[in-house]
Amino acid sequence: MTNSSYTAFKTMVHRDFTLAMRNRSEWTNPLFFFFLACSLFPLGIGPEPNTLERIAPGIIWVTALLAAMLSLESIFRSDFEDGSLEQLVLSPYPFTVLVYAKILVHWLVTGIPLMLLSPLLGLILHMPADGIGLLMLSLLIGTPVLSLIGSIGVALTVGLKRGGMLLSLLILPLYIPILIFGAGAVDVGLGGLDASGHFLLMGAILILAFTLSPLATAAALRVSI
Amino acid sequence: MPFILHLYHAILSVQLFLIKYSSMDLADKLTPSLQVDQLSCVRNDIELFSDLNFKLQSGQVLQIEGANGCGKTSLLRILCGLMLPADGQIKWNNSNIQKDRLRYNNDLAYIGHHNGIKDDLSCEENLQFFLSLGNTKDDINVDDILDQVGLLDKDESLARKLSAGQRRRLALARLLMTNAPLWILDEPFTALDPKGRELIEGYFDQHCSQGGMIIFTTHHAVALEHSQIQFLRIGHDKQ
Repeated sequence: MTNSSYTAFKTMVHRDFTLAMRNRSEWTNPLFFFFLACSLFPLGIGPEPNTLERIAPGIIWVTALLAAMLSLESIFRSDFEDGSLEQLVLSPYPFTVLVYAKILVHWLVTGIPLMLLSPLLGLILHMPADGIGLLMLSLLIGTPVLSLIGSIGVALTVGLKRGGMLLSLLILPLYIPILIFGAGAVDVGLGGLDASGHFLLMGAILILAFTLSPLATAAALRVSI
Repeated sequence: MPFILHLYHAILSVQLFLIKYSSMDLADKLTPSLQVDQLSCVRNDIELFSDLNFKLQSGQVLQIEGANGCGKTSLLRILCGLMLPADGQIKWNNSNIQKDRLRYNNDLAYIGHHNGIKDDLSCEENLQFFLSLGNTKDDINVDDILDQVGLLDKDESLARKLSAGQRRRLALARLLMTNAPLWILDEPFTALDPKGRELIEGYFDQHCSQGGMIIFTTHHAVALEHSQIQFLRIGHDKQ
């Protein structure tokens, strides 16, 4: 990244972060959903600790994934509607760099809070302390993948009026590997086995998504606008 | 002796050719130009325009005319590189705009139907963002720019609190900051009061006298003091 591209990246991060702080509902609503949906499971299934502990990683991962999906629209929607996206595409800096910045801010305002909230939900679902550590680590590696892959879907559907359903159809199948390995890592760890294999595979998926998805997102946005 | 004369003549011809070629090359570099060849646009299986050719050079202003829905906005978006044409090509300084996109973007200022300003940022923050991310002049003071477009007292206000005309002024304030020689503007006078229109016409004049070029659409009558406006009518009802 050249010096000027780095400046553009920093400027973009600063702008999107400022906007996110001024428009809190966009990222707090998915967090409320995450918290409420997870806390409904003990009420529906019953307060049996063994059952809850058994299914807790899956519940937390699935609700985190859905919460991340709820917030995906905010990455490009408002920029598309007010014409800022056109200006970004026409800026003299590589568009992919600006897309990287937007995805980073999305992860900072949704992925990180999801990860930080997960210990509390782990406690509600009777997860042991070492399981909570694994859960946080799996979300730390997994949530950037959710933002990165999700951005491709949003970029493809941002020009459509009712793109929400299509977005789910496009994105959910691509989320399956990270869901399996994320929830699996915590499960395996709770069973007393070594979870490093799962984490390495998640890391590989993260590197793949980090390398390719902003390029795909930038290309999809050029088509959508 | 005749052989020496022929040789001398040949050397002289080569020299003249080289001088002519290099001066052409220099002229091309010094005077930016936008050339449109055989451009056609199809949307929803309907051909909006076809075989469009024109060349715009330094200091020239082109107004695109046509009825609603005839493809004026599509043409401007194609000229910017936001849309691909069905056929034809656009050359900026003799190179295809799709091939050297960043260089073209560096020379282009586009203001579309949408203002491209963020409602949750203040006027000053919106312009600061553009200052950091656009090809802008070196000695820009955001307060001066806001003063020139009549928004200095609103510098701290969020853009969502501005009226439609004030938001348009804020969007057009970018033209005062940019270094780009080519301006492409879609209905720049929409929502502006007569004073605002006069202001923008003044910027048009100033830009053209400095060697810039402008392509715009409008349904208002525009009068520039120092520049001649050329007209291009598109659509199937063109004369």
